[in-house]
Amino acid sequence: MKITNFLQAVIYPLAGAVGIVLIWEFYTRYFSVSQIVLPSPSSIADAMFAERELLLKHTWPTLLECIYGFGLAMVIGIPIAVCVANSRFLNLTFYPILIATQSVPKVAIAPIILVWFGIGMESKLVIAFLVAFFPIVVDTATGLRATPAGLIELSRAFRASPWQIFTKVQFPAALPFIFSGAKVAVTLAVIGAVIGEFVGANEGLGNLLLTANSQLDTPLAWAALITLSLLGILLFLAVAIAEKLLMPWNSSAVH
Amino acid sequence: MAGGAVSFGHFRNVRKTFPRPGEEPLVSIEDISFDLKDGQLISLLGPSGCGKTTFLKIVAGLVKGYEGTVQIAGEHVREPHPDFGIVFQQANLMPWRTVLSNVLFPMEILGRTGAEAVEQARELLSQVGLEGFEKAYPPQLSGGMQQRAALCRALVHKPKLLLMDEPFGALDELTRMEMHDLLLGIRERTGATTLFVTHSISEAVYLSDVVAVFSKRPALLADFIEVDLPYPRRQEMRYSSDFVELEHRASRALGISR
Ligand SMILES: Nc1ncnc2c1ncn2[C@@H]1O[C@H](COP(=O)(O)OP(=O)(O)O)[C@@H](O)[C@H]1O
Ligand SMILES: [Mg+2]
Repeated sequence: MKITNFLQAVIYPLAGAVGIVLIWEFYTRYFSVSQIVLPSPSSIADAMFAERELLLKHTWPTLLECIYGFGLAMVIGIPIAVCVANSRFLNLTFYPILIATQSVPKVAIAPIILVWFGIGMESKLVIAFLVAFFPIVVDTATGLRATPAGLIELSRAFRASPWQIFTKVQFPAALPFIFSGAKVAVTLAVIGAVIGEFVGANEGLGNLLLTANSQLDTPLAWAALITLSLLGILLFLAVAIAEKLLMPWNSSAVH
Repeated sequence: MAGGAVSFGHFRNVRKTFPRPGEEPLVSIEDISFDLKDGQLISLLGPSGCGKTTFLKIVAGLVKGYEGTVQIAGEHVREPHPDFGIVFQQANLMPWRTVLSNVLFPMEILGRTGAEAVEQARELLSQVGLEGFEKAYPPQLSGGMQQRAALCRALVHKPKLLLMDEPFGALDELTRMEMHDLLLGIRERTGATTLFVTHSISEAVYLSDVVAVFSKRPALLADFIEVDLPYPRRQEMRYSSDFVELEHRASRALGISR
């Protein structure tokens, strides 16, 4: 049962992807579409293979920007969520501001961030942080507030300290929320890093994509794009695996 | 240590109001007085919303600012007491902990972890028929099994007073009857003094030494029914004339029948 489910989850989308690639390949060949407009899958694959070292070289800084930005968002976002969830004063004072800042388009502040943090990795990291921060704070705060009242009451009945209640009850109860926020955040972090690289950078996949595009090397641009997607999927999977490892009880539910 | 003549639980003119913005305060409990003797099981029986939970939480030290006297073992109750065990209507198990670890939670908070605590928890689990489920996670258990684990958690630190708030209210009839005998068996072994909140007349009569009938909100004591049926109770007793007579008396006190 489990295995057939797994195969279904893998084989069906895989078959769909292969189908799309085949149609795409056929279309570009049959109608002799210019490689500049739409490169064929095989030429993208060629480019990916031929330029694998270049791609890897540019993957590294982008990956670091994402991980640092995402990590920073977790490290700063979770404590802020804890404060907001536990203090009425902080909640009333800062939560509305926090939400208001979310209406500021991150693309629009990217140039400003670049002015502040320079053209190096720091500016991308900050932009990745800014986009990843919000879902982490909101989901964590929601999770902390959603702790079943009965559990807190039970702990109080045994005179658990606020710290014990937090570490033993509130935080584990919020973990599923934190992870769903983290999964959104990590994909957003990739977008943030690429925005930063678009606005100004010397390296990174976003930068490579722009350069390839301006040189009309469309297959390479597509190769960079696909590498970026793979990077996003990889980061998402890493968080999903961490979730499975840290919350074994979630997958063990049978009904 | 209260024993013999001095009652274990001493409740006099207990009154509780909740402030309401722009209105008269809501009187949840008007005036409740009774005594709970050492080892006794008293049910608090009353209609929904009459203040039973509020009363139980006052005794548990979870509700502040009541009027009157609430003493347990000679001490005024003002805050939670680690010598109490509590079971709520919801099992309230932590889904991220195994059954065993859930049962050990109170010991963890009380700083009494160790091989002895684990032994005690395992012993309790086997007593309620959960042997072999120590490593299971709560979502894998049925409602009745979850409530049994919750009962073990309430008993693991050998509390002097067991407080139960409609613990079997969410269970089906058959499971509930099983749980009644389970609870009475445990009580026989541990001798824990128990306050048991319920809105089921037959449950109250079946389990208790005394049924304290609460009136509609604001709660007054409508009747204080001594159940002189012998322990151990047997399911057949539910159909005896004495039992039915007691149920009738409780029903009259509740104003349901005449
Ligand atoms: N914390 C509270 N704040 C305000 N009103 C409350 C609170 N707790 C209980 N009440 C009110 O007190 C009354 C009795 O509630 P409760 O003790 O839960 O009744 P029962 O357990 O008998 O069903 C209800 O009207 C309820 O709304
Ligand atoms: Mg209640």
